[in-house]
Amino acid sequence: MTIHRRLLRAPCALLLCAALSCGGGAVSAQPGESAPPAPAPPSGLVYADVPNDAGNAVALSWRKSPDDSLGLGRVTGYVLERGSSPVGPWETVDSLAAATTEFVDQGVDRNTPYFYRVAAYGPGGLTLALANAGPAIGRESWFNSTRASVLTFVVVFFLLVLYFMSLAQTGRKPFMRRLAGIDAIEEAIGRATEMGRPVLYVPGIQDIDEMQTVAALVILESVARLTAKYETPIRVPVAYPIPFTIAQEMVKSGYLNAGRPEAYDPDSVSFVSPEQFAYVAKLSGIMLRDRPAAHIFMGSFFAESLLLAETGYSTGAIQVAGTANVHQLPFFVVACDYTLIGEELYAASAYLSGEPRLVSGLKAADMLKVLLILLILTGCVLETMGITGLTQWMETQ
Amino acid sequence: MKRELPLLMTAVIGLFMILSFFVPHHLVGVPADFLQQCAVIVVAFGYVLGGANALRVNLEGIARRQPDWPYKLVLVISLVVTVVIGMLDGRRWQEPGTASMFLYNQMYSPMQGTMFSLLAFFIASAAFRAFRIRTVEAGLLAAAALIVMLGRVPVGDALTSWLPESIRMSAFQEWIMNVPQNAAKRAILMGAAMGVMATGLRVILGIERSYLGGGD
Repeated sequence: MTIHRRLLRAPCALLLCAALSCGGGAVSAQPGESAPPAPAPPSGLVYADVPNDAGNAVALSWRKSPDDSLGLGRVTGYVLERGSSPVGPWETVDSLAAATTEFVDQGVDRNTPYFYRVAAYGPGGLTLALANAGPAIGRESWFNSTRASVLTFVVVFFLLVLYFMSLAQTGRKPFMRRLAGIDAIEEAIGRATEMGRPVLYVPGIQDIDEMQTVAALVILESVARLTAKYETPIRVPVAYPIPFTIAQEMVKSGYLNAGRPEAYDPDSVSFVSPEQFAYVAKLSGIMLRDRPAAHIFMGSFFAESLLLAETGYSTGAIQVAGTANVHQLPFFVVACDYTLIGEELYAASAYLSGEPRLVSGLKAADMLKVLLILLILTGCVLETMGITGLTQWMETQ
Repeated sequence: MKRELPLLMTAVIGLFMILSFFVPHHLVGVPADFLQQCAVIVVAFGYVLGGANALRVNLEGIARRQPDWPYKLVLVISLVVTVVIGMLDGRRWQEPGTASMFLYNQMYSPMQGTMFSLLAFFIASAAFRAFRIRTVEAGLLAAAALIVMLGRVPVGDALTSWLPESIRMSAFQEWIMNVPQNAAKRAILMGAAMGVMATGLRVILGIERSYLGGGD
């Protein structure tokens, strides 16, 4: 078989790419030396629709140029082009390093046919593969099958919640173990009341799209109800504007539910700044100037966790913290009197309200955890036996 | 109606966003993207509310000559000056040489660095309390911490160079970090993931509705 080598007409971008690599390449021809030949073309370009997506991607693979061997230096890279018909016009999709044999084009329109061609370039020039590939069409899917395991767990969880909710409605109150950290909240507020000082509530440093912030704001309603009951002022500095407006509603709701709506102070909730250390500066100022007797840190925290908790410790305030950020938990454990660990933060609102329908959600989560533990153990046994089906089903993309 | 409508919207949009996680088709994906863009717009309005609150609270504090009113004055002046300079710089505010970048590089960054550097001192004081051995658990914690700290610096291996490589300080600290530490961390993360699902579901189904406030 004859190997055809043709230096075809190429778009400006492609030629520029080749020209640049000729100029900067390690094997560029010197005056007086014969120019190296253009590399042999890549071959076997095939395409496939990327499954489980919105039809915006096409997977491509090809066999590399026979000249693309380590150390030869005759191939600098490949240029992949895309066109709407087999004869063009062509646009460059990407320029890829030597030895690359696959690429996923994530810039295609769904249900639109595309044609692809690939070229090898090096110090000797640029050579296009003989054949184009196409029409490649990105088809959109109705279901991402790689997320089937997640859907199964979500459905099981929904069913468990509904089951435990129906149990709760029949009057059977689900059992819930004591959580020392949450019990300590009332103790802390009581102490602040005795000392005649305010309570500082910090709902984390992230926006409302973080579920820990949602949980912290839900707990805030119960805390505000307690402060209203004990006639103790509460201060809630908030880092983001949306949680700020929700925190205002939560505190107002707490005072209303405690039967003291007239005691609600609109200035008790204040917007500070989403900037991490500006927020820390404000809170440190409150701790050192106003000397709240109780600090309650609930939500998502990062480097500021220890800055806040240690400053609070130095003021002698009773401190209760709760977060699901595992890297910050050790700091809170060290510097606070009580710490809610991980899921306890999410359980706190149900625990504080005692509402059976809320507690039913916790029971469902517990049952799902048991199921997960059994699945992990089964997976370990199956993997040890060389059966990988369960692990593959659990993998998501 | 004031409560029912937000609850209905939360349920419908929440379930739709869950659906969009499983259905990549454009009939679901495009509206889901649109809803997320709407959220960005709502957040922008939120900043106006937040900024207004910050100004009102601090200006009131200054007017009443509260004990810390000079700090509030500094805050209000800084806020106004930064906003005005940002508006004067316009779209060029991130370019080198602008007044906004001067404020950022010469004031904001050093102040942020100062606050962050306090962490080093706080870690030392917290570690001092954490590593006091008063119980068996505290003793285990201190021993594990000692091994991990020594195992991560050359002196750890130098001290145990006479031992086989597999039980030197660095190998031991690696085992602590990869096995018991990772196991505990993953258990917390899995529990927290369940909590996220439970809380999300409570809000979507309207079981948790305190965020709507106390009014009817």
